[in-house]
Amino acid sequence: MSVGNFPFVIAALLVAFGLYALLFKRNLIKMVIGISLVETGVNLFLVMVGYRSGGAAPIYTYATAGERMVLPTPQALTLTSIVIGLATTALLLSFAVFVHRHYGTLDVRKIKELRG
Amino acid sequence: MRKVTLLVAFLFVSAFLLLAATSMRDFGAPNDAAMDDYFIANAQSEVAANNVVTAVVFDYRGFDTLGEATVLFAAVVGILSLFRKLRKEERWGDER
Amino acid sequence: MNQQGMSVIVRTVTRFVYGLVLVFGFYVIMHGHLTPGGGFQGGAVVASAFALLLVAFGAAGVKGRLDKHLLQTLEEIGALAFLGLAFAGVGTVFFYNLLANSGSLFGASVALGPNAGVLNTGGLVPLMNWAVGLKVMTGIACIVIVMLVGARKEETE
Repeated sequence: MSVGNFPFVIAALLVAFGLYALLFKRNLIKMVIGISLVETGVNLFLVMVGYRSGGAAPIYTYATAGERMVLPTPQALTLTSIVIGLATTALLLSFAVFVHRHYGTLDVRKIKELRG
Repeated sequence: MRKVTLLVAFLFVSAFLLLAATSMRDFGAPNDAAMDDYFIANAQSEVAANNVVTAVVFDYRGFDTLGEATVLFAAVVGILSLFRKLRKEERWGDER
Repeated sequence: MNQQGMSVIVRTVTRFVYGLVLVFGFYVIMHGHLTPGGGFQGGAVVASAFALLLVAFGAAGVKGRLDKHLLQTLEEIGALAFLGLAFAGVGTVFFYNLLANSGSLFGASVALGPNAGVLNTGGLVPLMNWAVGLKVMTGIACIVIVMLVGARKEETE
């Protein structure tokens, strides 16, 4: 029995959930969680692109002879993407700390004015 | 009014996402794997490493790792400079 | 809340577990060219050990142990070491693996096909693993310490 392209739909649903949290929530921390969900969906999609059915991990220490291996390049690119997501989330949360310290609230509708 | 605009935009984008996801190829059968087959076949003789993913990250595609190390360094420097302790007579608001 | 840390049970278990997590993180960094892992993954494991120490003992308990300037200097050393290793083989191309199959440090050849891994192989890849692992673990430890200690000090002004 074949799964068709159902796993790719799961990754697209993760990105859609993250986009919902980013657009419809008012708290800054919830918007940061939404951005993190979008990045998780994209990383999952990258890893799923390089899968060969019946394949094993591309490491020769654990492999049995004559077995197919999955593609290693999307896994390498996902490593880079996860680290960049960490850097972005850390900077966003630092800005959230500063906004809370300056305005006293984390509601995005109340921080519209540029105050000194 | 704002909520209606947001709702329409969100439905539009998620329709695009689901349409793109359902028109992908089948899961488990990559189209062009010539570069990765070369990596799997030659990583042990050229790089002398058992782990093909590490060989790809640090040897065949080392420029991407260099860019990622730069991004991590820039993020750490940015956060450390945001939380700097200022002297008593300066505050964050009035730098003139 | 984050000045005095957590309860006695958490602090005692942290004292036992901290060394084990450190050793496991260094193992993952060192064997990056044989088993799944490498510089980024091992660096994240060691950084989570630092974060566990910070959460269990509070900001006051960590002040004597982890020095922020030492961590910053180690991170810069890691970044410069990675760049220097990339320049090591610049006689041929920029990221040339100079020490693979060469017989000197990390220079043994690998038998083709599945085999149990030998630590002496890999060329420049284990050295790059160490540079990137040092950079990631000290960088994330710096971020966690500054965000916890810096936020607290401003609120009490």
